[in-house]
Amino acid sequence: MNLRKSSALAALALALGAPLAQAHEVWLLPSSTVLSKAGYITVDGAVSNDLFYFNHRPLMVRDNLFITAPDGSAVQPENLVQGQLRTVFDANLQADGTYRLAMVNSSLMASWKEGTETKRWRGPKADLASKVPADAAELVVREGVSRVETFVTVGKPSAVKATGQGLELVPVTHPNDLYAGEAATLAFTVDGKPTAGVEATLIAGDTRYRDELGKVKLVTDAQGRFTHTFAEPGRYYLTAMIAGPSSGDQKIERRLSYTATLEVLPQ
Amino acid sequence: MHKTLVLALGLTAAAPALAAGIEVDIELPRIDVADFRRPYVAVWLERPDNTVAANLAVWYGIKMRDGEGTKWLKDLRQWWRRSGRELAVPVDGVTSATRAPGTHRLSFTAGEAPLGKLAAGEYRLVVEASREHGGREVLNVPLTWPPAAATSAKVQGKHELGTVAVQLVP
Repeated sequence: MNLRKSSALAALALALGAPLAQAHEVWLLPSSTVLSKAGYITVDGAVSNDLFYFNHRPLMVRDNLFITAPDGSAVQPENLVQGQLRTVFDANLQADGTYRLAMVNSSLMASWKEGTETKRWRGPKADLASKVPADAAELVVREGVSRVETFVTVGKPSAVKATGQGLELVPVTHPNDLYAGEAATLAFTVDGKPTAGVEATLIAGDTRYRDELGKVKLVTDAQGRFTHTFAEPGRYYLTAMIAGPSSGDQKIERRLSYTATLEVLPQ
Repeated sequence: MHKTLVLALGLTAAAPALAAGIEVDIELPRIDVADFRRPYVAVWLERPDNTVAANLAVWYGIKMRDGEGTKWLKDLRQWWRRSGRELAVPVDGVTSATRAPGTHRLSFTAGEAPLGKLAAGEYRLVVEASREHGGREVLNVPLTWPPAAATSAKVQGKHELGTVAVQLVP
């Protein structure tokens, strides 16, 4: 039973590119996070063993990439290429303010018994009722929602609003206003609600050039916030995951994961 | 020479003589590299809480086609954060073209743009320089406004800036 559960979880994680504990890092890395003139950026995406190096797999970008302009409109990625080790795309950032670049995956996995046979199904939540018999024996339904994102600002930073879906970072300190030696406050929300007790991990990039990862564990307080002082400038990988019953359907166990690439600037 | 004259006048003329203000001498060092480009420079006054009291000068690639010179304004990193990103350049009386190595004198008169009316208090005059294919340097000169008497202070840069000298005219 335990084995079946964990292998199903692993399969789910693989399918969703969701970073389970000790899984690979999944990230989007923009060429710039602060721009003083509207124009193109290019973004690398990868599933890696080190931060931020392309050494494992490309990001599987299909219809799951969302580039959101400051006014909430969608920007289409250009020149999207998936290589063997990384995925690359360009984005033309024409408006002033903060862009959110996110790869969002959401999927359901169900398994149940028909006689001695184990049935499995994976698909969008909307299809669950039509594809899986509600009274199936030993029915287990798991939902995975992952968000992998980064932020880029042209000119003056603008507010980053929560989408209200799944686990996400909601800035108190703006994500393009992070500076070495200064305390930054960030918050996590689940379905738009500030959530206490979310455990997050922060790792500085350039892991290739040091012996210890130097992971920093952070936990959100009663207001769903945590505060951290970045000692060094550079790119950081922030990741968090929580599990619990799905909102709307208590029978579905849901796993929400989040990762962000954050750039911390020198003073 | 000019400085001595200003000080002498300030001392002798008790009646309304020179308008109060700030003079800044900024030395851009000659850097002997083949790919030398004139640095971008920002000069501003900030309060102890880091808020900007006045943007005094910004030298950048103002004449480049299609506003291309604004692309690197963000490299004046501190200025960009403090106020640059709030501004629409060019700004009359503040922005101008980049300057050649040498010492450049800037004079600002109290009550007139861009210095304007400065509330009494502690300030920092900040000079930030950033050079393409080169480095970046920030210098601070603390000052008290208004000055009781003519005062001067200077700081020495190490790589992208030479001497920055500030004279306060009461």
